[in-house]
Amino acid sequence: MDIKKVIEGLHPLERKVLPVLVKHSSLNKIVEKTKLPLAGVMRAFQWLQNKEIVKLKEDVKDVIQLDKTGKDAAKNGLPEKRFIKAIKEKAMKLNEIAKKAKLEKDEVNACIGILKRKAAIEIKRDGKEMIISITGPGKKLLDQESLEEKFLTKLSKNSLELDKLEDEDKFALDNFKKRKTFILVQNIKTFSAELTEKGKKIVKSGIKDVKVVDRLTHEMLKTGKWKGQTFRRYDVKINVPQISGGKRHFVNQAIEYARRIWLDMGFKEMTGPMLTTSFWNFDALFTAQDHPVRELQDTYYIQNPEKGDLPKQSTQTNTKRSKNYKIVEQVKNVHENGGTTGSQGWRYKWNEEDAKRNVLRTHTTCLSAKTLASLKESDLPAKYFSVGKCFRNETLDWSHLFEFNQTEGIVIDKDANLKHLMGYLREFAKKMGFPKVRFRPAYFPYTEPSLEGDVYDPIHGKWIEFIAAGIFRPEVVKPLLGVDVPVLAWGPGLDRMITSAYKIKDIRDLYRNDLKQLKNMKAWMRL
Amino acid sequence: MPTVTLNKNVFEKLVGKKLPIEKLKERISMLGTDLESIEGNEIQVEIFPNRPDMLSEQGFARAFSSFIGVKTGLKKYKIKKSGHKVIVGKGMEKIRPYTVCAIVRNLKFDDEKIREVIQVQEKLHTTFCRNRKKAAIGIYPLENIKLPIYFKAMNPKEIKFRPLEAKKEMTGLQILSQHPTGRDYGHLVEGLNKFAVFMDSNNEIMSLTPIINSHLTGKVNEKTTDIFIEFSGYDLEYQKIGLNMLAALFSDMGGQVESMEIVYPDKTITTPNLEPTKMKIDVEYVNKKIGLNLKEKEMKTYMERMGLGYEAGKALVPAYRADIMHPVDIAEDIAIAFGFENFEEEIPKVSTIGEEDSFEVFKRRVANILVGLGLIETCSYHLINKDDQTTKMNTKLELVKLSNPTTEEYNTLRQWMTPCLMNVFKHNRQHEYPQKIFDMGVAFKKNKNTETNVEEFTRVGVGISQPNTDYTEIKQILDYLLRMLDVKYEIIEYEHESFISGRVGRAIVKGKKVAVVGEIHPQILSNFDLDMPVAVFELNLTQLFELIREKN
Repeated sequence: MDIKKVIEGLHPLERKVLPVLVKHSSLNKIVEKTKLPLAGVMRAFQWLQNKEIVKLKEDVKDVIQLDKTGKDAAKNGLPEKRFIKAIKEKAMKLNEIAKKAKLEKDEVNACIGILKRKAAIEIKRDGKEMIISITGPGKKLLDQESLEEKFLTKLSKNSLELDKLEDEDKFALDNFKKRKTFILVQNIKTFSAELTEKGKKIVKSGIKDVKVVDRLTHEMLKTGKWKGQTFRRYDVKINVPQISGGKRHFVNQAIEYARRIWLDMGFKEMTGPMLTTSFWNFDALFTAQDHPVRELQDTYYIQNPEKGDLPKQSTQTNTKRSKNYKIVEQVKNVHENGGTTGSQGWRYKWNEEDAKRNVLRTHTTCLSAKTLASLKESDLPAKYFSVGKCFRNETLDWSHLFEFNQTEGIVIDKDANLKHLMGYLREFAKKMGFPKVRFRPAYFPYTEPSLEGDVYDPIHGKWIEFIAAGIFRPEVVKPLLGVDVPVLAWGPGLDRMITSAYKIKDIRDLYRNDLKQLKNMKAWMRL
Repeated sequence: MPTVTLNKNVFEKLVGKKLPIEKLKERISMLGTDLESIEGNEIQVEIFPNRPDMLSEQGFARAFSSFIGVKTGLKKYKIKKSGHKVIVGKGMEKIRPYTVCAIVRNLKFDDEKIREVIQVQEKLHTTFCRNRKKAAIGIYPLENIKLPIYFKAMNPKEIKFRPLEAKKEMTGLQILSQHPTGRDYGHLVEGLNKFAVFMDSNNEIMSLTPIINSHLTGKVNEKTTDIFIEFSGYDLEYQKIGLNMLAALFSDMGGQVESMEIVYPDKTITTPNLEPTKMKIDVEYVNKKIGLNLKEKEMKTYMERMGLGYEAGKALVPAYRADIMHPVDIAEDIAIAFGFENFEEEIPKVSTIGEEDSFEVFKRRVANILVGLGLIETCSYHLINKDDQTTKMNTKLELVKLSNPTTEEYNTLRQWMTPCLMNVFKHNRQHEYPQKIFDMGVAFKKNKNTETNVEEFTRVGVGISQPNTDYTEIKQILDYLLRMLDVKYEIIEYEHESFISGRVGRAIVKGKKVAVVGEIHPQILSNFDLDMPVAVFELNLTQLFELIREKN
């Protein structure tokens, strides 16, 4: 151990505390001698202990002091003393005594008990009234200072350590403890520090002889005074107070990650409104008008404006092509009888008014539908993705939110097929951090074939449902695009990935907006 | 999702083969169903809503047995003609236009079978029948019924019978108001002045459909061997498929299905008909869709694994399959039979160029600038309470309201971000100050010129809360952001109910108002239970982005 290095590393606080430690050890004494604030001495103690220069001892003491009634008694005398003082001259009725001695009713009763035990008073009855007079022992009591009073005087000056009480004080304390709010016993921690062998050596070698510079200042640099100086050595291992900075919301960090995966795979982003007509959210996706997902308990509808326009009247949709004109009719036909797709359709009467009803989108697939409607055959092959909030009518609880994030991609390619879909899915899952994937048949109203991709979660050691996927039904594609081209589509459970990565158990924690949580949240670490 | 509960012993008998648990589990999931649990002798399987025909022990076992290659191919059902009639009364087209019916004889009911029949009926009611809205099922012991049967409309007051499990006779209206099932499904006949009933030739009412059967003629017990079954509703083809599912099921149970003649005023039809429907299959189409190179003969084998038949270029589709609408549905069945685990995955070598939406890129730049100033991004819901946006902010706004909010706490769509910021500050009162946050997201406003009559903007709200925050501090942030975005702006004086008068301004870019900036009024702070000053700016990013692009 290089003593010199240690001395060079001493902080000014440590330098002040160390010499005093030769003679004193208790925290209070050190504070008194160094005139440093308590916190400063404590910090020095901690540092010195870390450097094994001192050994800290934690002392836990029970300290007694006067409580509210106790303080009152110290000022005005013990209640029983006041009681007999009042009747020193003549016997009195109880209420007279209370008034003269300024005692509360329950105090009076307590006094009678105490004084009777000491035979200091005599009680006579006059009808209903009690007349109380002082006795001989009572008068004696009045003249001498009792053990309790002596103890009370002591306590009124200083608080006392329980362990260090003398026997007669202990007796008095026991009596006081019986009284309400008289005595307060507190558990107090104090520290003392003793020099270790190393500490002694350091002090002996002379702290003041080693001159060190605490901070490199602008002044020193300007004047060149830094030359030849020794800078105080720091404990570079020391813990520093935590700070935090500005940051993106962790959910958005995760979304950026998902977005990049789509971009890496050559997908183009589609965006669009969250509030949409049922036409785009349901009808265009061949979801029958009596499908349960369209019921009020699943989907949020808008009270006002209740309805929007269908594409042919719209000013917003792409009017470059006359194709849009026909979309409503094509969608209607495909629902009613399959139109030109070769399907039977749902075989019911399609209602235009139902299709106009505004909803909060229940999936980003409505964006895929709009994209298909805007494409020409010559735009193919094309790949699109979207990321966005979607809504479902759901009560908030630990596993449900009424807003959720969805991301989804489509591949529109004349030669695409189920084998390709599986290939894309495996690659996508791999990029999302799940190299092991398996596929099972599934069902979604607007895809056929449909499949579910499970990924192996190595942290929990089990397979979890991760991606919903399929090829859009001809009943979806043909009315929108004009031709039946395979459209591969898939979307992973984005919120599930985020909660799992951040080990969030209660899904509401995603949007609690608790600033403490946000400050402590780790950065998104998947690469 | 609906589930079917299987008795393992019965199931294995029906399938004709025993599989080890692991294999069973794996095969069930590769059929496109999901094994939920196996406990002792009881197996629970989840069925996707497109396959209601699998919602019974018989139906699932039928599909599973052919899938694992035991009893493959189209199953043939023999139906005897009973010659019995169901006579449909006049005027039904406006009340409940269609019914299809059948008789099944020689069934052996025991407690378990009765329970199963009730279960299947209930499951079909909630799924296939859409909570009885689209169709309803009735099953009756034949012994108490005098044929022929009448399906007719009656005045609710004249309908009198003792409903299932009720103690006494009730009228149609009493059933709706007093019987538990009547209360649950009464809304389905709301507004009709006549109700649909089945009545036998003794003038006994057998049921008030789609609500409840009679206790006397509509309750199956252990002694029942012969039953009458009916489906009724609005779409004839749909009713037929439903009846076919039940007919196949009872036939698989060992019953003899007999057809009935349904006599409509204008036509007579015979139901059920379990002859398969035919669908033209193009081998090339299927191969292209699923990415395989199967020969016709192989396809036939795979179709047979799915309980389908194949004959001369046509798939024979069982009469109980409700999900086959298009050859693509057959293609999926072939893929399932081939086995999803057997596909050789492949990514085609098609070149496309990735491209981010430019507004998304812009939003990220804005966020990064704000983060650089040490602000923390919060994320608030798009749904917010109406009062938080208006009363508590001392403003009057025409908001976009939900018609069916889950709770009143979230009953409108946000029109601006500042109320969201205020809520964040409110919920962080116990945390250390200063608090510097921003929240970026979509806000909604009525606008007759859009497709939905609602316009959406992305807005960013920035808020500072600390003991000595002020206009200068918040304007510095706005100024920095706009300078970094290379946007020239000017601030004009402005009055806004949510801000302290004389300490609020508006940012103007190219003559357009894009932002409001100022110190929040103490009354507003108090409305949000805050005792710390707050300064805010709110910027319309959608509009700003358009203005920036105009320039270029």
